[in-house]
Amino acid sequence: MRQISVTVNGTRREADVEPRQLLVYFLRETLGLTGTNVGCDTSTCGSCTVLLDGQSVKSCTMLAVQADGHEVTTIEAMATNGELHPIQRAFHEHHGLQCGYCTPGMIMAADSLIREAAGPLSEAEVRIGLEGNLCRCTGYQNIVQAVMAASQEMQGGVKARAGKGGGS
Amino acid sequence: MIPAAFDYEVAESTDHAVQLLGEHGDDAKLLAGGHSLLPLMKLRLARPSVLIDIGGLSDLAYIKDAGDHVEIGALTRMCDIAASDLLRRHCGLIAEAAGQVGDPQVRHRATIGGSLAHGDPASDPPVALLTVDAELVVRGPGGERTVPASGFFTNFFETALGPQDLLTSVRVPKLAAGTGWSYQKFHRRAIDWAIVGVAALVERDDGTVKRAAVGLTNMATTPLRSAGVESALAGRPASAEAFAEAAAHAPEGTNPPSDTNASAEYRTALSSILVRRALEAAVA
Repeated sequence: MRQISVTVNGTRREADVEPRQLLVYFLRETLGLTGTNVGCDTSTCGSCTVLLDGQSVKSCTMLAVQADGHEVTTIEAMATNGELHPIQRAFHEHHGLQCGYCTPGMIMAADSLIREAAGPLSEAEVRIGLEGNLCRCTGYQNIVQAVMAASQEMQGGVKARAGKGGGS
Repeated sequence: MIPAAFDYEVAESTDHAVQLLGEHGDDAKLLAGGHSLLPLMKLRLARPSVLIDIGGLSDLAYIKDAGDHVEIGALTRMCDIAASDLLRRHCGLIAEAAGQVGDPQVRHRATIGGSLAHGDPASDPPVALLTVDAELVVRGPGGERTVPASGFFTNFFETALGPQDLLTSVRVPKLAAGTGWSYQKFHRRAIDWAIVGVAALVERDDGTVKRAAVGLTNMATTPLRSAGVESALAGRPASAEAFAEAAAHAPEGTNPPSDTNASAEYRTALSSILVRRALEAAVA
């Protein structure tokens, strides 16, 4: 067993964990935060996506001990004081889900994607940016619309786009 | 899926990591981002008895201008390589290949050193580094040494790294001005490995190919350079006809796998098509 200290959703949590425990099971079983789902368990589907120091990661492909000293944010921290986060509200308004299983991962991946962009995301940027998240119900159309709407709300004030690509 | 139990050590420095490798011998594996190693451990295809976590060695995460080359620390994440203006300016092929690995979540964790040390012939960054003639810096019990990318990948998931070696950085030569590049990755689903991938550099002199370098992903047990294509292009006009003729040489010296994604025959046919596309895109 190894003692780790991880700041989860703003609260420092200390626990003795087995080194082989995956981060997603630390969140779900040790801390009882079951909003993060396990889908494929092979870092393909993205339903276990959480934020590590603000960046989206697949928590089924990380050991809990690797999060020692870091900050983890899960879907449970997105709404504040009973008010939905703009991404959650956009998923509601645009009907970006059916069964809801992929939704926590979609929302955490979208949050990282939106904050990393220099301005509102285009449809193509959302589709490529969510390539690591699978939904087997909706055909993605409403998810993409929801993320674009949330991106507009969260980043609408930013006009200039920093150049990201280019040749050699 | 849960990995088999292992002992866990945290390296406090590069020297400490080498020392820990010396103490634990062949049974130890280094853990960087874990995106190659942990999936293997979850499937129990790998069962190291000790993991040495080097993820906290932040002095190995950097991209810096070093004169005639750009140096990338081994713990630099794929997302930072893909977004690097320095690399885009001097050797965009490396940034492009890193940006095609996995998906955003994977690129937030996966490291360039981990990708190289894993030695997967289906991985994108190793081929890109082989194509630009990168040099790898290795720290071992006898001190530091450099290994050319051409001598690093020795067999299927095997590299020139010894059991006590730690890859610390990669030196990427700056491309000559006017050198075009392209990485063509063919896969069925967005996040998959390449069924076949092709990295190409084309250096031109007044419409003539001065030098071409072509690398192949997933066409043998290691990343490969395509000597046949390269020699067929040298001194030829940078034209669609010359590219098509050279691309016909792509299968030479390859030994592609057959698996659930594609047969060896399919990969052989695909390699010529992707080489032609990569050459055309490099000069476009």
